[in-house]
Amino acid sequence: MDAIEILFTASLWAAAVRIASPLIFATLGELICERAGVLNLGIEGIMTAGAFAGWLTVFLGGDLWFGVLVAALVGAAFGLLHGFLVVPLGLSQHVTGIGITLLAMSLSYYAYRLSFPQVTSPPKIEPFQPWAIPLLSEIPVLGEALFRQTPLTYLAFIAVALVSWLLYRTPAGLAVRTVGENPQAAEAQGVDVTWVRMAAVMFGSALMGIGGSFLTLSAFNSFFFDMINGRGWIAIALVVFGSWRPGKALLGALLFGAFDAYQLRLQQLAGAYVPYQVFLMLPFILSILALIVMSRRAAYPRALMIPYRKGER
Amino acid sequence: MTGQEAGEREIVLKLSGITKRFGPLTANDAISLSLGRGEIVGLLGENGAGKTTLMNILFGHYVAEAGEIEIEGKPLPPGSPAAAIAAGIGMVHQHFTLADNLTVLDNIVLGTESFWSLSSDRARARKRIRELGQTFGLEVDPDATVATLSVGERQRVAILKALYREAKILILDEPTAVLTPQESVSLFNTLKRFVAKGLSIIFISHKLNEILAACQRVAVLRAGQLVAERDTAGVTRAELAQLMVGRNIPQAKAEAQQPGGIVLRLEHVSVRKGSRHLDDISLELRAGEILGIAGVSGNGQSLLADVVGGVVAPSQGTMAVDGAELRDLSPRVMVAKGVARIPEDRHAEGLIGDMTVTENLISESYRASRFGGRGLIDWTKARVFAKKIIADYAVKCPSPEAPVRLLSGGNMQKLILGRVMANTPRVVLANQPTRGLDVGAIGYVHEQLLAARKRSAAILLISEDLDELLSLADRISVIHRGQLSESMARADVTIQRLGLMMAGQGFDTGSTADAA
Amino acid sequence: MRLEPRADRPLAILIGYPVAAIAASVIFCALLVMLSDVSPFSVLWLIFKGAAGSQFAFLETLTRATPLIFTGLAVAVAFRAKLWNIGAEAQLYAGAVMTVVFGTGFLPLPQPILIPVLMAAAMFGGALMLSVPTFLKTRFGVDEVVTTLLLNFVAVLFVSMLLEGLLKDPMALGWPQSRKVIPEAQLPKLVEGRRLHLGFVIAILAAIMVWFIDRKSALGYEMRAVGHNPKAASFAGIPVNSVLAKTALLSGGLAGLAGMSEVAGLRGNLTLDLSPGFGYTGIVVAMLALLHPMGVIAAAIFVAAVFVGADAMSRSAGVPSYIAHVMVAVSLLSMVTAVMMTRYRMRWR
Repeated sequence: MDAIEILFTASLWAAAVRIASPLIFATLGELICERAGVLNLGIEGIMTAGAFAGWLTVFLGGDLWFGVLVAALVGAAFGLLHGFLVVPLGLSQHVTGIGITLLAMSLSYYAYRLSFPQVTSPPKIEPFQPWAIPLLSEIPVLGEALFRQTPLTYLAFIAVALVSWLLYRTPAGLAVRTVGENPQAAEAQGVDVTWVRMAAVMFGSALMGIGGSFLTLSAFNSFFFDMINGRGWIAIALVVFGSWRPGKALLGALLFGAFDAYQLRLQQLAGAYVPYQVFLMLPFILSILALIVMSRRAAYPRALMIPYRKGER
Repeated sequence: MTGQEAGEREIVLKLSGITKRFGPLTANDAISLSLGRGEIVGLLGENGAGKTTLMNILFGHYVAEAGEIEIEGKPLPPGSPAAAIAAGIGMVHQHFTLADNLTVLDNIVLGTESFWSLSSDRARARKRIRELGQTFGLEVDPDATVATLSVGERQRVAILKALYREAKILILDEPTAVLTPQESVSLFNTLKRFVAKGLSIIFISHKLNEILAACQRVAVLRAGQLVAERDTAGVTRAELAQLMVGRNIPQAKAEAQQPGGIVLRLEHVSVRKGSRHLDDISLELRAGEILGIAGVSGNGQSLLADVVGGVVAPSQGTMAVDGAELRDLSPRVMVAKGVARIPEDRHAEGLIGDMTVTENLISESYRASRFGGRGLIDWTKARVFAKKIIADYAVKCPSPEAPVRLLSGGNMQKLILGRVMANTPRVVLANQPTRGLDVGAIGYVHEQLLAARKRSAAILLISEDLDELLSLADRISVIHRGQLSESMARADVTIQRLGLMMAGQGFDTGSTADAA
Repeated sequence: MRLEPRADRPLAILIGYPVAAIAASVIFCALLVMLSDVSPFSVLWLIFKGAAGSQFAFLETLTRATPLIFTGLAVAVAFRAKLWNIGAEAQLYAGAVMTVVFGTGFLPLPQPILIPVLMAAAMFGGALMLSVPTFLKTRFGVDEVVTTLLLNFVAVLFVSMLLEGLLKDPMALGWPQSRKVIPEAQLPKLVEGRRLHLGFVIAILAAIMVWFIDRKSALGYEMRAVGHNPKAASFAGIPVNSVLAKTALLSGGLAGLAGMSEVAGLRGNLTLDLSPGFGYTGIVVAMLALLHPMGVIAAAIFVAAVFVGADAMSRSAGVPSYIAHVMVAVSLLSMVTAVMMTRYRMRWR
């Protein structure tokens, strides 16, 4: 099968959707934080913590969905810490975010090593199984790609619709958007800027946690070090690429997933001529290129990264 | 006066003994004030007197150290804009609190529906906004993005925000700063319509004429204290000025003098930066002459200042100093050519708040050999220079090593003046140089500008304050939508004529004066 | 709840809060350790012994501190100008690659010449690595946080590719590693029989140089001005983009030196595990030092002590050595909080 034929196989597109799923959650989560004016560089660590917490819950006997819930709560907890340091205390969002990533990752690795001191190969759990949607999954190519995925992938798509609707059609979403554009304007309308920002960061971080848990509960079936492998940072690039809009973010994640799936298959084809590392590098380079393209017309939230001091006029 | 004596009115708002401190500074000192139903009360005071602080306390942005507020007899919980809004207070802030990238509807509707509500009734809101607009003559398109609106339209949105929430007490903070004289008159008429519908109004301003024109009663604040309350019918301008300032500040007067040769010339300069633009601008600055640029904020003044300051390069046209055309424009080039630039925003552009006074004073000349040169900085020499400027310009600061953000607005402006005037510049670009300053500092800045004029510097004075322009400028041009009018001698100009030109009369933009 | 600037800052506050920050992180980790049924006191004691309990331990700490001084300086220099260099890891590897390319026999020069040449080459590699994201920032407005982060992953993959290809050591048995650097390229040891090498001295000198640049030079002034308020700096005539480019050269160069120091001073060759996150830890070091070059030395030694001590402790007490990462991460967060609290006080109304 040559390089072009791969593009028309169902398995490529199914893999694309699968690879995109954790990115969808992560990108949505970061998008919500940034719309409220807070950059959350803790995303890589929060995804790690979500992956570990979700997996550990299932390993200890919990239900898979309960594992997802725990991952979300763990994400929200780190989100609360980041939000508290960055909103009321007004610390540097860059530094605090990196600190949260380091903290969440190190806590996860410490807890993992503590629980499993002697293992050489990571212990496994029974992950989500693909759940074919009747009728829709019979459609050629598209059916297998979109409708034979695990429930967490379906949840990702639902999350896009939910976040979109929350952001644009509810008063809470308007509050979040205004707080990220001009917090003084929100304050002047009686909105509690601190509270809205912190709630947004917690909610977004919960989504990031779920994104992390996708890797251990759906894509793979165990937890291993460095498994997030930069997906958090890619999500940040995807937020810019999607102009801070949920629909476009979904598109970006799917395109990225397709590219990543394609590059994996190309490795098998061209592995003899081109070192596999080149293929692995491509997704990261693509993300940088996407940033360059989109940054020229960046419609970023105006109050992003500017700390809000109540009463400072 | 509408026939009712103040004492017979029902009191809708009562402030008692409001005191507010910021560290060692007492911004409000035991202020007590009442507002009757249907009254328009003016709050008069120079910049820094404490007017905005007092209203911010009323609206809940700040919490007072002492004092109570009663709305219609009921105490107002402090520190919560939501509580103030619920009690019927609406505020039109001096710097409009609007989110530029959202629509008018979004801005007005924010906070009016429950946070937990799962839907938003935008159709009803849209209808109500249109109705309010028509009733009060404040028409605006609810679905327009705020960024596309003119300053006057944005003010309408800010007022509609308050009316939408059924404000009974409306606070307007320096509302005429962004309006032409004709628009100001129109605003006063709108205020009368509000009052006829049962609103009560507090009108904050530092401009005497407007207080006298719009208000029935005036409360004068000075240095944080309420020094007087008068009925506007029975008080004179001079008396109010005296109360407001408390001492006699001689008005700076420009002596007649013959202008010299052309020092700076712009010819057919056009430039576009984002949504801002300048079209075919030509002007001449002569030695010993002040050219004033009048205009409503947002018509290209800041872009003009950026071009003359070397911050933005024109895409068409030329700029010449002493006849020599300038290429490769940059701030450094302009400084080297002897152009002193006083920026519009001292905090964002003029000074670096977290750096020391010394560090800020050498920001345009740190590479000069008198500070070491060859890539190094001799801080001892820099400090000596700083001490001299501090002394010469009477800058009040704890020490040359103090961070600049600790200084008051007036002292910051003196620092900037010291920095740019120290090299006896040939051209002075003053962009809103007295904005936000108290009367003493304003007088000082005017003195410095006139002194520079006497030394044969050519001065470009961009100002939204028509009184300032009329008292200082030798010639005046009006800027409107990126176009510059011919310059007129001061003697040939009246406030009325300027006002009409500022609204567009005589400009080839295809639209006639908009005196809403 | 809101923050109010403090009117005055007595010494008790200036010292008390940072000390409380370190104490908080120690206590937090002690609590974590209790989860593993080991006495926290014995763990702390073992960490201390492992870091400074003997000449060997102390010199190991200094050895471990060497790359951290370099990356800490790199991050401090960049952060001062608000250039968010999170890519010190990639710049370190770039410097290591340059060291291996030129130091494994390509340049047959005597040691006093070869070592400075390798330093320059490493600095060039690191500087180049950071120049790309900085260029993207000044020219296209692309946020450098994400680009420097993503380049870390690209760099590691690139090194992996080189180690299996161009730089491969033909005598290694399957494990990807580069050739060893020639003896003339090796940084001499400072103490007989111990691992501490000349790189430590170079790091101290680098710190002094950075201090000098910051305090006495026009460039240092420009960097600080741009970091505080780029708009005002530009208005005054400071060439912001040019300053950022120079900052990138200096910062990237320092991180590249970290790579050179590890290869030529400690390991002798380049492997994939050359850096266990020195680039990221450099951020912690820089922030603990409050971006002050001399503080970086102290902070680097502190952080190195925690890691070296934890390694030793882990071998004897069995508590996972990741506790060191936790302690360092908590120290970062608590220190930035403490510094904020020395400048502002909390008001509950």
